[in-house]
Formats: sequence, C-alpha cells, structure tokens
Amino acid sequence: MSVILDVQALDVRIPLAQGMLHPVRDVSFAVERGETLCIVGESGCGKSLTSLALMDLLPRRAERRAARLIFAGEDLTRASEARMTDLRGNKMAMIFQEPMTSLNPSYSIGNQLEEALLRHRRIGRREATDRAIYLLEKVGITAAASRLTQYPHQLSGGLRQRVMIAMALMCGPDLIIADEPTTALDVTIQAQILHLLAQLQREFKMGLILITHDLGIVARVATRVAVMYAGQIVETGTVAELFARPLHPYTQGLLRCIPVPGRTKRGTHLGSIPGIVPNLIGDLVGCSFHNRCEHAYESCAATDVSQREIAPGRAYRCLLTAEQCAANAAKAAA
Amino acid sequence: MTAPVLETRDVSCTFQIGAGLFKAKRPLHAVNGVSLKLMKGDVLGLVGESGCGKSTLAKMLLGLQAPTGGDIRFDGAPIMGLDRRAIARRVQPIFQDPYSSLNPRKTVGSIISLPLRVHRVGEPDEWRDRVEAMMDLVGLARRFTDSYPNQLSGGQRQRVAIARALIMKPDVVICDEPTSALDVSVQSQILNLLQDLRQELGLTYLLISHNLAVVEHMATRVAVMYLGRIVEENDTDSLFQTPRHPYTQALLASVLTPEPGLGVPDAQLGIAFPNPIDPPAGCTFHPRCAQALAQCSRVAPMPIADGNGFTECHLYNPAKDVAA
Repeated sequence: MSVILDVQALDVRIPLAQGMLHPVRDVSFAVERGETLCIVGESGCGKSLTSLALMDLLPRRAERRAARLIFAGEDLTRASEARMTDLRGNKMAMIFQEPMTSLNPSYSIGNQLEEALLRHRRIGRREATDRAIYLLEKVGITAAASRLTQYPHQLSGGLRQRVMIAMALMCGPDLIIADEPTTALDVTIQAQILHLLAQLQREFKMGLILITHDLGIVARVATRVAVMYAGQIVETGTVAELFARPLHPYTQGLLRCIPVPGRTKRGTHLGSIPGIVPNLIGDLVGCSFHNRCEHAYESCAATDVSQREIAPGRAYRCLLTAEQCAANAAKAAA
Repeated sequence: MTAPVLETRDVSCTFQIGAGLFKAKRPLHAVNGVSLKLMKGDVLGLVGESGCGKSTLAKMLLGLQAPTGGDIRFDGAPIMGLDRRAIARRVQPIFQDPYSSLNPRKTVGSIISLPLRVHRVGEPDEWRDRVEAMMDLVGLARRFTDSYPNQLSGGQRQRVAIARALIMKPDVVICDEPTSALDVSVQSQILNLLQDLRQELGLTYLLISHNLAVVEHMATRVAVMYLGRIVEENDTDSLFQTPRHPYTQALLASVLTPEPGLGVPDAQLGIAFPNPIDPPAGCTFHPRCAQALAQCSRVAPMPIADGNGFTECHLYNPAKDVAA
C-alpha cells in the first residue's frame, strides 16, 4: 500500500498575549491509502489543530513548521495558497463534528454539494447534479433527487452528517480527515455513520484520519492509532497492539477510565488519572505527563523524552522500557 | 416492599406547537403516559435518543414543568400540592454542561451556598462552614471558595454543581447527562464520586445518559424511552443480558465497546426518525423495527410484565420465552 500522507515533526505555534502557545509539538505520522488512522486524545491535546494544520486552515497568526509534510508525493510545506485551495475539498476533504454549523443554512443541499465539483473540475452543472445524486444514494439517503432542493434545517442530524460525507466525497479525494464526525449524534446514528464511513473508505481506497476522544470508536474503526497528550503523540501502534498492550502510562490510564459492559464490575471504582493537563504556553521541560504519572521518576521532570520505536509503526514516548511499561500494566490490572 | 421515594403515574406532558400564523396549534406529546418508580437507594438509568422526552420527564420530576396529565408522587404525596421550595429541598439536579449551569459572575462559595440562602437554612455564619464541608466531600480544595467558575476545569466545575445539588441534603438527585461534556479521565472521577456520595448519603439517582456503558456501570435499574414512552424497564442485569424490546436490542447493539476487531455493528434501524408531532400509528417504533408484524402498525402495544420490569412490544410473549 502506498503512503498518501507523511508528516514529520509538525509543530504549531500561536502567539497569544500571555506568551507563545505551542499546541502541537513534534507530531509525526503517516497514513496509507485504504487505512484508518485514529488520533485519540482529550480536549485541548492538539488533535483538531493537527488536522487543521494538515489542511493549512490554521488561524492566520498561527505558525506551522514541519520537517516533512508530503501529500500524494507533493511537498505541502512549499505549496502556495492557490495550490492549497486547489487541493482542499478536492484531493483532501474534511468532515467536521457539527453538521449544522458546517453546512450553510441559506443554500440548498444540492447547491452545496455541487459547489466543490464545479470549483475543482471543468464540468457542467448537469453532471455535477448527477454526481450529487449518485453520492447521496451511496451514503444511504433515499429519494436523493428530491433532497437536492432541501435546506440543512429540513434534515435531521444523522442525515446532515450523511450529506457532509457525500460532500467530502464529491471530488473523489485521496484523503479524508473526519474530526469527531459522530460526537453530536445519538448512539444508533453514530454506529450507522461509522459503518458507512468504513464501507466507503474501503470502496474508494481512501486514507482516513479519524479524530475522536472515544476509545470505543477507535477500537472499532481504526487500523492504526496515535494517542495524543499535551500536543504530542505519546504512543502509536496498530489498534490490536495498542489495546492489548498499551505502553505509555497515559494510554494505560485512559483505558482503565472507561466502563466496559461485562468487564468492569458495576458499582466499583473506575480508574482515573488525577491532576490536570499542563499549560501549553511556553516551553515544556521533561515529559509532558510526569505530573500526572504514577510511575514518574525525578528525571521525568527534567529530561525531554523522545519517541522510542520498538517496531516499525510501534512507538511510545516514555523513559520506561517497554518491559517496565508492560509490567506496570499487569500490576494495575491485578 | 418499601414505598417508592419518587413515583410517576401515567404522567404526560403535551406541548402545543404553532404550525403557522393561521393554522391551528398541534399537540406534541413529549412525554406520553410514563409510570416509573424510584426506590430509595436505586440508580435508575434513563436512556433513549435525543428528542425522546428524557429531559422533559426530568423537568417534571424537578417541579420545573407541570405535567399535563397523570401525577407525580413524592413519598406517596402528590407533588402538585407541594410548594416549589419544598420540592427543591428533596429533589436536586445536576446538569450536563458545567460551563453553562454555573453563574460566571458568582464565586464558587456563593454558588454552593445559594440554596442555603434561598431556603433560609441556618445562620449566615454557618454557611461558610457548611460550604467548606461540602467542598471537602466532593473533593474540591477549599482555596477555590473565592474563585470564579472560569478559573476551574470542567471536572472541578462539575464538582461545584454536585456540591450545590447536595448542600440541601436532598433525597433524590436527577443527573441529566452529568459527564457527557467531560473528558474520559475526568468522567471516571465524577462517576466514582457519584458512587461514593450515594453510599455515604443514601442518595437515590435518576441518571439520564446516552452513554450505555456508563448506565450499565452505574444503574441498578434501566428504563428505555422512545418517543415519549418507556418501552422497556428492568433491572440492569436482565436488561443488558436479555433485552426484549427491538429498540433496546438496537441500542445495545450500537454500543461501541473498546474491543478491537469487532468492527462497527449495523443496528438495522433505518435512517428515518419519526416526527414527534405526527407519530406513527400503532407502535411508534414500527417503521424502524426490522421484526415488525402486521398488527404493530395498527395497535399500540400494552406493557407486559417481565420479571422485575416490563416490556411494551407485541413480539414479546412471556409464555413463549418461558417455554424456550
């Protein structure tokens, strides 16, 4: 399989009155065609800013730096504004969390669907309409032709999110970035939308980056997972490895926090991660997790921790050895 | 068997919705004949999709919304005869979003002590002691007494909301999505706290949540709501192990447990959510039900007793289940 997106040492800095906010720190990952990379983390960990940085949609004063940012063989760090406009919505598309705020309330569904195609391809309105109907049917919307004249407020949340997905697919993108695509939806609709995304991604062989805070979603849709904490990726691996043998203390802690029907005993205490996320303004010294980590040494607060790669695609950011991490997890489970 | 602390008997709430300037208003049955019993010490989980009437039911239990039919009883006495303040002393809410449910211009101490001032409980000089005792109980450092909500994290704000709810020593706490605005690591802390407080103070909870894993973990009983009606209610084990109603089955099938390799389930529910102003005839769930029979579109099912609970579905036949 070919790599569609290759990111090395991505950094985002935003100057604020209080100092330099550094919300994305040294983030590296790659996405292959036909694979789903889930970026998981809690609010404020930099997962959404990472996705905006990839699309070059950061706020103006934000500064993006990357050692490498290659999309489909093209170096995006050198791409002009005009070139990025060509790529966005065309070869790389985005699906946002809240379909009501990301659709324009004053244009019809058909209008908004066709816009991307008319903007990026030299085709007539007729063909664009045909493509819109084809894709609305693909995303499971019945009576697609009659929906084209409807407006977003006439659709339910689940239908709107299906429209958003159809819109992202209009130009046949190579990469889709979905930022919390189901957070605003009910559980039943969530399952349907994720089912649909996975199926379309297989069919069209796209790379998919799915950003979420929900470990249940990660387990069910990801091929590979990147866990983010305080702007850094603290652990990566295939979904099976990461859930079976989490290495980083933060990943281990997160997995203990969630109730799992049939596994966590009712009425007992769930695991928790005490403390709060460090302030991301200015420089962080040492491991970003040391103040909340139960296994922290004194050196954790003083030494910067780099990624340790223990196998291709399997890395973690901790001073402990993989054996020590595994032993900690076993101790906590007992 | 002891008497329920809080009980609803065939409670309904109907709103009149304007359809246009010259059109007659149309009724929307947000809650349609709900009978529930909250026993002392129970945690009743209430689940259902958005728009099914969960929050309207919660508002009626808090005395914030008058039912249009049926009655709500507190310790056997009709709630309608009670003064709003009397209800507020016994039933308190914890809301979903601790960012919007706390007054940003008041300090933490003043937010937590407000119920004491409103109900004129004790002397002003004891208030601070009671607030501090409550802050200790919910795990908030005392140094936050003079802080404002915007200086606190989401988890700390939810602790403030819990402290405010508990300072009147209520019997029942209505938790409306208490953790859905919080991160998972904070969610687990708040759930642990709610468990501890329930034990220490002998509280009874109504836990409204769309997160079925949370409900399974916390609740002793679960009620499933669909379009204003409770379609199934049972103790947590029975409901999660043998869900009877097709809607409950679909809800449970949609839970994404963190188990890699299982893929995303297809709940087979179709994409049409019915219009609550114009609900389907017969069983309101029949247009989305994969197992619907001919009679489902004509006759509304009646609740059928099932062990400790009931199910409202034509498909459920207790005699057959016993035989099988």
